[in-house]
Amino acid sequence: MRLSRRRLNGLTEHGFSILITLFGLLILTFVIGRIMPTDPVRAMVGEDASREVYEHVYQQLGLDKPMWQQFLLYLRDVVTLDFGTSIRTGQPVLQDIARALPATIELATFAIIIGAGLGTPMGVIAAVNKDKWQDQVIRVLSLMGHSMPIFWTGMIALLIFYANLGWVGGSGRMSQFYIGLVPERTNFLLIDSILAGQWDVFWSALNHLILPAALLGYSSSAYITRMTRSFMLDQINQEYVTTARVKGLSRRQTIWRHAFGNIRVQLVTIVALAYGSLLEGAVLIETVFAFPGFGQYLTSNLLIGDMNAVMTCVLIVGVIFIGLNILSDILYRVFDPRTR
Amino acid sequence: MSMTQETSAALPRRTMPQGLIAARNIVVFLTRSPTSLFGLVVLGLLLILALFAPLIATHDPYMQDLQNTLHPPSSDYLFGTDELGRDIFSRLVHGSRITLTIIFLVTIVVGPLGLIFGTVAGYFGGKVDTVLMRITDIFLSFPSLILSLAFVAALGPSLNNAIIAIALTAWPPIARLARAETMTFRQADYISAARLQGASPARIIWRSIVPMCLPSVLIRLTLNMATVILTAAGLGFLGLGAQPPLPEWGAMIATGRRYMIDSWWLVTFPGLAILSVSLAFNLLGDGLRDALDPKQMNRR
Amino acid sequence: MDPILDIRNLSIRYQGSAEPAVRNVSFTLGRERLGIVGESGSGKSTVGRAIMRLLDTAELTADKMTFEEVDLLNASERQMLKVRGQRMSMILQDPKFSLNPIQRCGHQIAEAYRTHVRCTKAEARQRAVEMLEQVHIRDPERVYDMYPHEVSGGMGQRVMIAMMLLTSPDLVIADEPTSALDVTIRLQVLRILDGLVRDKGIGLVMISHDLNLVRAFCDRVLIMYAGRLVETLDAKHLDRAQHPYTQGLLAAQPRIGGPRGPLSVLDRQDSWLNAQGEVA
Ligand SMILES: Nc1ncnc2c1ncn2[C@@H]1O[C@H](COP(=O)(O)OP(=O)(O)O)[C@@H](O)[C@H]1O
Ligand SMILES: [Mg+2]
Repeated sequence: MRLSRRRLNGLTEHGFSILITLFGLLILTFVIGRIMPTDPVRAMVGEDASREVYEHVYQQLGLDKPMWQQFLLYLRDVVTLDFGTSIRTGQPVLQDIARALPATIELATFAIIIGAGLGTPMGVIAAVNKDKWQDQVIRVLSLMGHSMPIFWTGMIALLIFYANLGWVGGSGRMSQFYIGLVPERTNFLLIDSILAGQWDVFWSALNHLILPAALLGYSSSAYITRMTRSFMLDQINQEYVTTARVKGLSRRQTIWRHAFGNIRVQLVTIVALAYGSLLEGAVLIETVFAFPGFGQYLTSNLLIGDMNAVMTCVLIVGVIFIGLNILSDILYRVFDPRTR
Repeated sequence: MSMTQETSAALPRRTMPQGLIAARNIVVFLTRSPTSLFGLVVLGLLLILALFAPLIATHDPYMQDLQNTLHPPSSDYLFGTDELGRDIFSRLVHGSRITLTIIFLVTIVVGPLGLIFGTVAGYFGGKVDTVLMRITDIFLSFPSLILSLAFVAALGPSLNNAIIAIALTAWPPIARLARAETMTFRQADYISAARLQGASPARIIWRSIVPMCLPSVLIRLTLNMATVILTAAGLGFLGLGAQPPLPEWGAMIATGRRYMIDSWWLVTFPGLAILSVSLAFNLLGDGLRDALDPKQMNRR
Repeated sequence: MDPILDIRNLSIRYQGSAEPAVRNVSFTLGRERLGIVGESGSGKSTVGRAIMRLLDTAELTADKMTFEEVDLLNASERQMLKVRGQRMSMILQDPKFSLNPIQRCGHQIAEAYRTHVRCTKAEARQRAVEMLEQVHIRDPERVYDMYPHEVSGGMGQRVMIAMMLLTSPDLVIADEPTSALDVTIRLQVLRILDGLVRDKGIGLVMISHDLNLVRAFCDRVLIMYAGRLVETLDAKHLDRAQHPYTQGLLAAQPRIGGPRGPLSVLDRQDSWLNAQGEVA
């Protein structure tokens, strides 16, 4: 594959705009960090530190310098991946996040599999039966998923499936007595437990994952269903679908082999973006399920005003979002023969 | 000469009823679909509850009654009482005022903000457009709840700050929309004519472009209101929104959580309230989209 | 010889419209080339698609509508699946839209074959490549692996023809097969289609708004106006047209060597809507 000059220009322009967005992201997190009401020095040195200690730390943090210099310092820290230590845990923030993020990724990945697995066929069925009862039912079902306060649904589901029926594990990532049994290698509990050959832990983890993942998946399936439906509606009336029918293909073959094939690219894009918004639901659902992931890390630090941790978390979410956008762009280029 | 005078005089008189007719057609269309009708009814109910809250509520929403804590639903306490013996039904009814306040304030911040950003970017184009749209992109590169969380953390947890934070995250899509709309009729003859007559850009934008963008912006705001409600409830739930003892629905769920296993009514009813309002907005928005999208009419 | 198509008093109304798009159309087709001519919106495509039973949302009524031994009015979708693509097929107007943009041309042709004939992938490919040769594509192996956006309009339409004739159907409906093409290659593509149709003895319904094309490539011509059949004529004897609409159409055709002067413009009469075309 040769890169034409025009495409090269397009790529550099694309890269440039990504850089600008990243820079804006940094400004935003910096501003948020600066206007936080908690006094970062006080939070670090404690309530009863002497005046000298306070002054010392104040200058060490560069808080006596003008804003733009502080921002440059912040930039330097970010570039050198130095995000400071968390006040709450006393650990480097990056290390904390490296432990929390895999749990959320596990959760989000399960959720997106459920969401796409549910949303895609529902969207296709709704489009094919546009305005018939199937369409109406699916529409209400998916709007329902879009409308439910996920933290509430999480509680109700815990109440029913855990407290009453006992089908699934309750809060946390695994049952209490398994904690610490498996050595942390990748921090992905499912993988770690397999690596350690601890099948009990694996099943316990899966059992704790399934309910929050199902709820997150359902809520994201709403978006996927809606987009699939509208993509399919665009395709169903295209002439090439008529061609397929003229060839003697059945309705089902026409839909899945031809029309659906043409929305695959768009669908991948949508799923990538939906994956990003799962982070949002994760913040709430992790709180409800006491699931020690990224979302819980973020909210617990928000509540105590741990500036370093909050700024870093927000920055990481932004980077993940931008990354997913780039990814969906790349997928588009790779999968669509017209853009090759 | 007399003819042009006649038509220009007749125009405003004719367009007003036409706008009304269009609005009535939309309402008629909406009431024909059961789902949109449900949305309309729920929102109407919300409005009535909020307006007449003191009349509808059976108890004082803040009155604690430690003799009657965690009382299950009964004829005295329709939805039961909470851990401080307050009547949940009355708290829900009064909570509708908070919900409505959120909707109202977010709308009057986000609408103008989005409109200004979008129309200015769309009207001037070029560098102005690039800069403004870059800013919106940065805001759009966060999930809205996370960004609101960060803002609330920065501003301090309270209902007002939650509303500000939500508004700060809700304007970018509106700006995008207003920009797209503006671009479509930036070149229109009557805009060029106004420009030739020496009208200032501010005047053109305010008098000619903003009114044209308004309908689609309003629809979009309706559509986004479900998200706003859920974000507000989420913030309340995390303790970053309305603070106790305010009867905000999300915060009620947060406090009820501790008693959930034995007293299901503490979380169930506020949750249903949030669900119905956000579902109502979603159904209504969906209906509006159908009513106004010409692509939906199935033609070959 | 039994007719391939026998249609009596066919009326078609689309769901949601009060007026039928086609009313009381009758004609028969043998192993011949029949042209349907009329202006845009006169219902030509609707008739073509009704014959293929592709109109899911339209209401069809007819005294009779048969394709060989198949009763098109009452055939189930299941029966139609055996008929469509195997015994009757249709060439659509614009290859830009009628070919699936994300599948290779050859794959789409082979699919037509594999839908009706049990065979291996290699066999289907072989047949498709042969067919590409028959539509005068010089490098069929290469074109087989190209995506629709990589081939020209004329080439795309030849791919379409290959796809629709591969199963040797008895009837082909060509719905404005050259309207989307450059004027310079229209004749070339039509000649290829014509040659194949004659060789294989296929019955052809050619839909067009171009009277000159139809005159050159068809044996018989139906003239449609506002959903009605106004006249049926032998292509050779078009000049003997009785109906004022046809006469008007003829007068509006530019002809080489004809009188210069401005072309005449149709002067429509409401009475045409009542006129019934005679069944030939
Ligand atoms: N899917 C459809 N739904 C409703 N009306 C249609 C549909 N397709 C075509 N029509 C109407 O039927 C009439 C005939 O259309 P068509 O058969 O496409 O004409 P032609 O092919 O002669 O140009 C037109 O008035 C058109 O508006
Ligand atoms: Mg046509």
